[in-house]
Amino acid sequence: MALLKRLARHKLPQITFTLNGEACFGLAGDTVMTAILTRTDRLRVSDFSNAPRAGFCQMGACQDCWVLTSEGKRIRACSTALEPGMNLRTMTEPRS
Amino acid sequence: MSDAIRPLIVGAGPAGIRAAQTLLGAGLRPVVVDEAASGGGQIYRQRLVPDERTPRDLYGSEAGKATALHEAFVRIRDRIDYLPQALVWNVRNKTADVAVDGRTRRLDFSHLILATGATDRVLPFRGWTTPGVFTLGGAQIALKSQGCAIGEQVVFLGSGPLLYLVAWQYMKAGARVAAVLDTAPFSAKLHLLRGLPFQPGVVFRGMRYVAELMARGVPVHFGVEPDRIEGTTQVEGIVWRERGKEHRLACDAVGYGFALRSETQLADLAGCRFVFDERDRAWRPERDLAGRTSVADVYIAGDGAGIAGADAAELAGERAGLALLEDAGRSVDHARIAVLERKLAAIHRFRDILEAAFPFPEALASRVDDDVLLCRCEEISVGEARAAARSQGVHELNRLKALTRIGMGRCQGRMCASAATEILAAAHGKPLESVGRLRAQPPVKPLPLEVMTDGEAA
Repeated sequence: MALLKRLARHKLPQITFTLNGEACFGLAGDTVMTAILTRTDRLRVSDFSNAPRAGFCQMGACQDCWVLTSEGKRIRACSTALEPGMNLRTMTEPRS
Repeated sequence: MSDAIRPLIVGAGPAGIRAAQTLLGAGLRPVVVDEAASGGGQIYRQRLVPDERTPRDLYGSEAGKATALHEAFVRIRDRIDYLPQALVWNVRNKTADVAVDGRTRRLDFSHLILATGATDRVLPFRGWTTPGVFTLGGAQIALKSQGCAIGEQVVFLGSGPLLYLVAWQYMKAGARVAAVLDTAPFSAKLHLLRGLPFQPGVVFRGMRYVAELMARGVPVHFGVEPDRIEGTTQVEGIVWRERGKEHRLACDAVGYGFALRSETQLADLAGCRFVFDERDRAWRPERDLAGRTSVADVYIAGDGAGIAGADAAELAGERAGLALLEDAGRSVDHARIAVLERKLAAIHRFRDILEAAFPFPEALASRVDDDVLLCRCEEISVGEARAAARSQGVHELNRLKALTRIGMGRCQGRMCASAATEILAAAHGKPLESVGRLRAQPPVKPLPLEVMTDGEAA
């Protein structure tokens, strides 16, 4: 279930992006975090116990909201603006 | 000669913007480096694109101040060297290393003004890493910048003026606030009456927030001790104790925090001497009234110099700018300096009252169970910290870091150092200052390797 709930900005233009292989859309002015957490409930799993994480501070300090781009680059979801055509992957697979 | 003066300002919040404006007024051209995409800092954070909301919707009673600051920055932008979305990741002698546009650049400066702000001060309790738990500041940013609530039924928990402000802002924006859980007893709030003569506006505004929350049926509880967040993949409820009784409330999100903690890493790397601040329960850079640190040509202003809030940050930014000008042999307006210092002193007196009204829940850190996570990056438990303290005789934070990895993870202790300090000191029954503070390490935040190698393959 989505974590974040939109209360405003409903009428902004849509931005299409890909999340875990699925086409979806966010809104202009969204961060990557908003675009993902208005659809789902996690961004990654923790490094050692595979516990779900969905960010915490939302101001670029806690480093708990990293997601992957298709090139394998890690980005901080809370401080990265959503851009059209982004191909994003949450890091929710437990590490072997 | 103005060519010889190349000031660098780190941070474009209330302190950084006012400092830049002051230097510009004396004919200097400062470099301003800021991590955000636009100026305003966290408190006056701007949206990424405009939307239907007015400044009043976003910043409430502070809309006038926010707008004035944003407009001031727009007016000076073309006459300063502004690097947004850029991170100062190291400071050494008179050079700063800046990561910007995927590469690192060296910026030489003659003077440095640090306006690095603060983040929420948090303490661990069971379930604090569950998706749906955010800091109070984070909950506020979701609303201001993104127009989002952190959930459908939100509980706000903690201590500090932000607690009621964020709860009220959520209610006004149409979110359902399930409860406000204040860790301080109601009696603590009576201290605010002492603050009336100093800052009547602030006190009345706070009272209005509480009254309006209650009038709209939001339960407000005092003297709360958080016990746990329920739910494994997402928040399902919160359990707390109040006057010895356990209470439970269903909710799907929790915003919490216990006031703020200063971001001091760059001051540390710049070689500034630190002092222990009893009010902030933390070490912070030593500074005079004007913001001069122990290092020549290095100044500090705003919440990064000790927590004092946005109004103080604007004043301190201007004051630090004037100090720089004075030290560079420029003529300055001494009447203006006197006004700034008088206003800053009044805010600092009021801060003592606020601290009494919104006290830090000291007992929480020593009562939290051993199996609760203390470090969310490295997943180290409170018990591991206590065990290191007791059986390995660790008395100092950097030693604790070396043995347990607490503070060594990606956040570099930003989320756990306050709690680790409390827990380590409590484990020995020693004063907080005795356990020291985590040494800053460059880079102060994680950077991709290609930034350091200038885009070449590593």
